Amino acid sequence: MRYIDPHIHMVSRTTDDYSRMALAGCAAITEPAFWAGFDRSSPQGFHDYYRQLTETEPARAAQYGIRHHCWLCVNPKEAEDIGFAREVMSIIPEFMDRSNVLGIGEIGLNKNSRNELVILEEHLALAKNMKQLVLVHTPHLEDKLKGTRLIMDAVANAGLEPDRVLIDHVEEHTVSEVLDRGFWAGMTLYPETKCTPQRAVDILETYGTERIWMNSAGDWGPSDPLAVPKAQVEMRRRGHTEQMIRTVTWDNPKTFLSRSPRFNVEDD
Amino acid sequence: MNREQVADAYFLEHRAKLLDLAAFLDRIDRADHDGSAEDFRLIVFRSCISKLIDGEGDRARRILDELSDHTTEPIEAAPMKGAIGAPPPA
Repeated sequence: MRYIDPHIHMVSRTTDDYSRMALAGCAAITEPAFWAGFDRSSPQGFHDYYRQLTETEPARAAQYGIRHHCWLCVNPKEAEDIGFAREVMSIIPEFMDRSNVLGIGEIGLNKNSRNELVILEEHLALAKNMKQLVLVHTPHLEDKLKGTRLIMDAVANAGLEPDRVLIDHVEEHTVSEVLDRGFWAGMTLYPETKCTPQRAVDILETYGTERIWMNSAGDWGPSDPLAVPKAQVEMRRRGHTEQMIRTVTWDNPKTFLSRSPRFNVEDD
Repeated sequence: MNREQVADAYFLEHRAKLLDLAAFLDRIDRADHDGSAEDFRLIVFRSCISKLIDGEGDRARRILDELSDHTTEPIEAAPMKGAIGAPPPA
């Protein structure tokens, strides 16, 4: 079955991963801007990174028949230095017209600090001014619950419509509030942190399939670029219908992402 | 899937995870300890284990809730990039 992986960091993955994803049915991916594992030393480093996201990766993905899209921002892990983050944000508009850019992301919070919140609010204002979709990163582990609530309040205060915002990395303790407030929810399938494929399917069985998707968030850490097709297998193992599997791994991401006119993936 | 089918599908995998959990706690017991206060992560870990057998449902959500920071105001500055898995004592 074809699928969309709506959150994966292919700059950190090998070409073999593109090949294996294509073999597993991946038709399209979206790649949010994120932290490289080290702080970049200058805004020029981000300029190069945005070129990689808008030029290099789409070409690499196309070799395997995969459509590549991206989101641009300063990741919250590099938002503590407000002056630096603002310098980087000043170059984002230069890239927003590129053909594979879907919106602003993955913005959000990391340690729930005041400076992170300031830069989040400025990103949200940028998204509103430029009428862009938003992909939100929620914090890790013990910081997730608090950060998710702070983020949802910030989005509401910014006047963005919740159904144009995807709140990612939800787990059992955050998914209900995210959906109840009208946002889209993303479940990230990780081997240790976030959700395993089994827990993600448990969440679908508990909270339903409306406004929710699954992604691998594959990157340079422990992660699995084939996590979405593995979750499809898990759903099949439990006897869920092909239509339900298609809903969460194709129809739902396509519905949300198609709110950007630049997301262009044909159905079968 | 009915209950028996769930057990058929997942018992061996979670039997192994149960033994990992038991071995981890044994490893903690064997490790040198200087008599100072128990690590806050292990205190909350044991509390979370009690939720597994308290007869209530919704265990995953309740455990994640216990492992979460419940303050509501942003902190002054980020002390590090990562997270440790349980909120440190105030």
